[in-house]
Amino acid sequence: MTGFLIQRLLQAIVIMAVMSVIVFAGVYAIGNPLEVLLPPEAPQDIRDAVIKRFGLDRPLWEQYGLYIYNLFQGDLGRSYIYNEPVLQLIFGRLPATIELVLTSVIGALVIGVPLGIWAGYRPNAFSSRAIMAVSILGFSVPTFWIGLILILTFAVNLGWLPSGGRGDTVEVLGVAWSVFTLDGWSHLILPATNLALFKLAIMIRLARAGTREVMLSDTVKFARAAGISEGTIIRRHVLKLISIPIATVFGLELGSTLAFAVVTETIFAWPGVGKLIIDSIQNLDRPVMMAYLILTAGLFVTINLVVDLVYALLDPRLRRRAAP
Amino acid sequence: MTDASAPRAISPFRRFWSRFFEDRIAVAALIVVIVFAALAFLAPWIAPQDPYDLAGLSLRDARRPPGYVGSGGYVHWLGTDAQGRDLLSAILYGLRVSIQIGIAAGAVALTIGTTVGIVAAYARGFTESVLMRVVDLQLSFPPILLALVLVAVLGQGKMQLVVALVTAQYAYFARTAYGAASAERAKDYVEAAAATPLSGARIVFRHLLPNAMPALIVVATVQIAYAIALEATLSFLGLGLPVTEPSLGMLISNGVKYMMSGRTWISVYPGIALIILIVAINLVGDHVRDILNPRLEK
Repeated sequence: MTGFLIQRLLQAIVIMAVMSVIVFAGVYAIGNPLEVLLPPEAPQDIRDAVIKRFGLDRPLWEQYGLYIYNLFQGDLGRSYIYNEPVLQLIFGRLPATIELVLTSVIGALVIGVPLGIWAGYRPNAFSSRAIMAVSILGFSVPTFWIGLILILTFAVNLGWLPSGGRGDTVEVLGVAWSVFTLDGWSHLILPATNLALFKLAIMIRLARAGTREVMLSDTVKFARAAGISEGTIIRRHVLKLISIPIATVFGLELGSTLAFAVVTETIFAWPGVGKLIIDSIQNLDRPVMMAYLILTAGLFVTINLVVDLVYALLDPRLRRRAAP
Repeated sequence: MTDASAPRAISPFRRFWSRFFEDRIAVAALIVVIVFAALAFLAPWIAPQDPYDLAGLSLRDARRPPGYVGSGGYVHWLGTDAQGRDLLSAILYGLRVSIQIGIAAGAVALTIGTTVGIVAAYARGFTESVLMRVVDLQLSFPPILLALVLVAVLGQGKMQLVVALVTAQYAYFARTAYGAASAERAKDYVEAAAATPLSGARIVFRHLLPNAMPALIVVATVQIAYAIALEATLSFLGLGLPVTEPSLGMLISNGVKYMMSGRTWISVYPGIALIILIVAINLVGDHVRDILNPRLEK
């Protein structure tokens, strides 16, 4: 087990190193940062001073080395646009993204799993077919379009909910949150619904497929023969067996929801990290792009590592094969 | 001379089509896809106006509701956009751009992905583990982020967009091709063929590739729909195509500003066209998957 652990850890480190080189070279290739940093009429001596201060005159590998060195000191540079340390900028926006992502993923789980179990329990009922049709739509219709329709319906036409922003926030543990105010919720509900729909479709499909399989199994046949009520069968057998794949996908989807938040945050002007990265791409704000990409890559490598380790814990065969 | 009662070998294509036509929804979806593709192909001849010709536009016609008769003397059935473009023409041309990109990205990703997957399955050993490790790593990374970053790095344009989409999507084809091909590679008859002095190419093209084909076709339909959706999303975020050649996503994005003031048609009609196209392709893909799935064979 220790061998496997070390092997995977080394792999993760190599991947992170390779990613950082690719990302740095890629971001380096975008545009000319001087256009962002200086007004076009800036005199030559100020130009030279700025080039020197940001180290833009040095070769690429030297800039990369310096970046990595600073990274290990916890310094990811300053934003060209906001003139703030990047790390502070990102962590300032993170709570907004986290509350949005958690609300939608938990919502998708709480609503999707019961719907999926029902659709699997009565696969031919009209309601089940309707549920499946909704899930196909949730899969294929692009997130941004659903977002627009939500705004059009609930904000423009009905005027029930605001179309953007975070609303009132409350400071809890030194961080501003929208989830603890009524106004915050009214702002949160549309973007959270938008972000949740795709996950909802996945949860419905998973729960339905699992339920259909379990309902045909001998366990359920015998439980029914023993006179156990249908409700108990679903709670004790079905839910228990389908919860393993759902938990796995839930973990994996948490990461990809963070990525999809980019689209939702842009549409609903939600001041989270996703909006920050889109703005930074459009403004050629190199340090912010760099930091966001490195942190996201790190997040995904960590999620993969954890999933691999959990699988290894659950499945002894993997453990033995992977560590020769 | 064909006798229905005589048991003759029916070609797999025939069998496929006869099963395909059993499902009315899938047939309807296929017709929609064909009609949309034809409209897109014929756009220059059937569109009332050339939306790229800025000289032919008049700002007096801008943001007019559906049914408005413009200075060109004809009816704008779906209204006009902020530049005074006829929206129907813009949608037809936008459909053209979206479908072009979807097919180009899908075809290139199919080629590259299949090559990677089959080479990994055929070569085995070190090549296999390196190639598939990279593919798996990429699969765990959301394609939208990858495409976003690549478009930012490469700049705007059709070529750049296709490259970004291919990079984000080839891994799905590679996984699929690898799964089918490596299962086939392990079978005794392939092992036997590999033991003879037959060329490797023969094994790949005669045994591995044909067996991976059904699964690849299914993935291809889904991925073309996904490429179209992804392109629309990127264009909507302002990172896709240049403004001079608006795709459906760009048209939707252009109209958002006016949505709040009730001029909803500028975004809504291109959006409806996009949704119908994507859902239709997905429905066809779903049904093809059911037919090609041996476990559901009647």
